[in-house]
Amino acid sequence: MSSALSGATIDTTGPASPKGRRPGRAKRTTPRNTLTGGAGLGLGITMLWFSLLVLLPLSAIVARAAAGGWDSYVNVLQNEQTWAAVVLTVRSAAIVTVLNIVTGTIIAWVLVRDRFPGKAILNVIIDVPFALPTIVAGLVLLALYGPNSPIGLDWAFTPNSVLLAFAFVTLPFIVRTVQPVLEELDADVEEAAASLGASRFTIFRRIILPSLFPAIIAGATLSFARAISEFGSLVLLSGSRPFETEVASVRILSFIENGSYASAAALASVLLAVALAVIVVLDLVQRRVARRG
Amino acid sequence: MVEVSTPTKWALRLVAVGYVFFLVAWPTGLLATRTFEGGVSNLVETLADPDVQSALALTGRVALLAVVINLLFGVTISLLLVRYEFPGKRALSALIDLPLSVSPVVVGLSLVLVYNSRDGWFGPSLSDAGVDVIFHTPGLVMATTFVALPLVIREIVPVLTEIGDDQEQAARSLGANARQTFWRITLPSIKWAVVYGVVLATARSVGEFGAVKVVSNNISGQTQTATLMVEEKYQNFAQDQAYAIAFLLVLVSIACLVIVAVLRPSSEK
Repeated sequence: MSSALSGATIDTTGPASPKGRRPGRAKRTTPRNTLTGGAGLGLGITMLWFSLLVLLPLSAIVARAAAGGWDSYVNVLQNEQTWAAVVLTVRSAAIVTVLNIVTGTIIAWVLVRDRFPGKAILNVIIDVPFALPTIVAGLVLLALYGPNSPIGLDWAFTPNSVLLAFAFVTLPFIVRTVQPVLEELDADVEEAAASLGASRFTIFRRIILPSLFPAIIAGATLSFARAISEFGSLVLLSGSRPFETEVASVRILSFIENGSYASAAALASVLLAVALAVIVVLDLVQRRVARRG
Repeated sequence: MVEVSTPTKWALRLVAVGYVFFLVAWPTGLLATRTFEGGVSNLVETLADPDVQSALALTGRVALLAVVINLLFGVTISLLLVRYEFPGKRALSALIDLPLSVSPVVVGLSLVLVYNSRDGWFGPSLSDAGVDVIFHTPGLVMATTFVALPLVIREIVPVLTEIGDDQEQAARSLGANARQTFWRITLPSIKWAVVYGVVLATARSVGEFGAVKVVSNNISGQTQTATLMVEEKYQNFAQDQAYAIAFLLVLVSIACLVIVAVLRPSSEK
């Protein structure tokens, strides 16, 4: 299904270029640069656009943060309120990621291996959190877990609301990375294991789980990255109380609104570093999967 | 394929359906019922408000521009990444995904630092030239384009890789020029990927909140988009109106999901 919806496609960009030393004096089969005139121009314009829109602005954050030197980072993170926000964000994101690893894998399993009426609807609903505007996600969660809750759970403005919002927006990630892998899984191996007397649990633990592992890691990384950067769904739901429900993104916004761009940039560059780390981890996982073939 | 025992099967099914029901389905359904608690009049009255109309129109305009820009550059970048070799290709391909994992607030901040007219890198000179970015529509378009940027590319790249370039080479060897090859061979074969990409980018663009909040000064009728208006209405205790606008946004996103779900299998089989 629509795994790209959750930004979770494990894609392979182009054929892998031949690795290792080329034998003898044989010529390279894939030249380093195959751009023709028109394509070169296209690349130039595209890179200019990409730099103006993405690369320069993001480097402006790093430059602004680095302008204050190492001290600016220390000062920003030593502020008790900011530190509390960072701790809350990372802790909640970690809890939700663990929750997602369990529920995401179960949902993917049910979607692939089980048959029941309404499964197609379940499959579409999984993507709702990704398509819904984040501010609306907050409003939607308030309807069931807010002041007028029909089930009597008023979690608005409590730390639980942060977990709730994170769980909502990260729901599709692990489901959508695990699902395609599970669909492709070779049933022969499982049957062979079963015919050799392996129990169902053993088959799951020794055969299925290892194949799903890279997909679960990829999904978990995306889900963690999404959670620590979440903003919109918390605005109405968590109330952003300092030391209680204020997360890192909200803290950055209040720095921006107070005009202290330097502090905002310092905290933002910490988040940016995490985002980059996530991309590197994903790239490595993809390469490992591609190598295994 | 190994069958799980019936109790386990039911337990797993219950966990999956229950989790999704309590986290997504029920809350979203409640939003719809709250919108129509007082009948259709709430929705109609909210839509008649000129500020609401201008917010919706602004969201539509910004989303349209952002999607068109992302479509043009998305197709170009995908073709370059798949069909050509050049230094820095792997880095570019990794950086394309960056907007997906950067906080929207950080996106907004980054644009403010470069384009604000007071002390941004380019802001003052652009402002002298008569182009105001931050707190004006161009800033909203840039923020929206930024966050939706990877979606089109992520849809097209796998398809382009999969179809290979045999047909394109055949066309070229038969004398078609680059433009003919693109319009007659390449584009028809990536048509559906482009459609999904556009639908996903539309959903994301219409719903963007965090990045837009930072680059907008939230003036009703000028730079207030629909999502910003939901926040303002809710916080000003105009909850009925907040629900009504939110309901419209939910309709747009669900429509996008349904379009993708309906179209996708037909091209994958």
